[in-house]
Amino acid sequence: MFVLIRVFSGHPVVDAVKLALYRPSFYRAGGLTQEAMRGPSDWSVADRELMAAYISKMNETEFCVAAHTATSVLAYNDGAKVSATVADLETAPLGEPLRATLRMLGKLTRESNVDADDIRRVLAAGASEQQIKDALAVAFAFNVTDRLADVFDFAVDDPAAINAGAKYLLARGYR
Amino acid sequence: MSDITSLHSSLVARVLEGEGQASPEIRRTAFDNERLAEPVRTVVDKVAHRARMVTDADIGTLRKAGLSEDQIYEIVVCAAIGQATRQYQNALAALSAATGRN
Repeated sequence: MFVLIRVFSGHPVVDAVKLALYRPSFYRAGGLTQEAMRGPSDWSVADRELMAAYISKMNETEFCVAAHTATSVLAYNDGAKVSATVADLETAPLGEPLRATLRMLGKLTRESNVDADDIRRVLAAGASEQQIKDALAVAFAFNVTDRLADVFDFAVDDPAAINAGAKYLLARGYR
Repeated sequence: MSDITSLHSSLVARVLEGEGQASPEIRRTAFDNERLAEPVRTVVDKVAHRARMVTDADIGTLRKAGLSEDQIYEIVVCAAIGQATRQYQNALAALSAATGRN
C-alpha cells in the first residue's frame, strides 16, 4: 500500500477505514455505499452484504470477500448459506430472485457487460425492476471498492479483526 | 427505495473536476481509459480490467515518470470509478431495454 501507510502508520485500523479517511475531499464514497447497502430496499441488509461478497469473489478481492462474507453471515445468522453461495451459487440454498440477481451481477462484474436477456431472466425469476436497480447500486459500490482494495493491497486481517469489522458494519454502516 | 443517482453524479463530478493534484485532463482520460500515454495507459487499463494484477513495480513506473503519490492516487481512483461507472450504465441500459422504460 503505497500512500496510506505513511499517513496512518501507528493507527490500528483496517485498511478499508484508512482509505475512507484518506483525502475525503477527493474520494468520499461512504454516502453512496451507505445508501446502496443500508438504504431502503426490498433486499435485506444480509442479502446486500452477500451481493458484496459475491461481487468481490468475482473480482478475486480477498479482503472484501472476507469482510463481506463475515458481515453477511452475522446479518443472516446463517454461516452455511453464505459459505454455500460463495462456493457454488447454483447449488446454494437461496431464493430464486436472489440467485438470478447474483448470477447477473457476477456476469456484469466479470465481463463488464450484460444485455436485456440477462435482465429478463432476473425479472422472470421474480426480482422486481427496483430490486435490480438496488442490486446494481451495490455492484457499482463494490466494483469501485474492490479495485481500490486490490491496487492499495488491503491486508486481510485475522478472523477476530474481520468479525469486529463485520459487527461495526452492521451497527454503524459505511459512513 | 434506495437511489444512488445523485450520489453517483456528485462522486464522478468531484473526482473529475474537484480539487486535486492531477490535471483534469489526465483524470478524465484515466476515468475513460482512453487517449492515455505510457506508462499511465498500462496502469489504468490494469486498474480497469485486472486490478489484482497491479504491482508495486507498476506504481513505480508512474513515480519514475514524475507523478507524485497524490497524483497517482487520483489517477487510480478515477480509473476505478470510470470502469465501475461503465458497468453500471451498461446494466441500467440493459434494464431499460428489458422493461421498455427509461
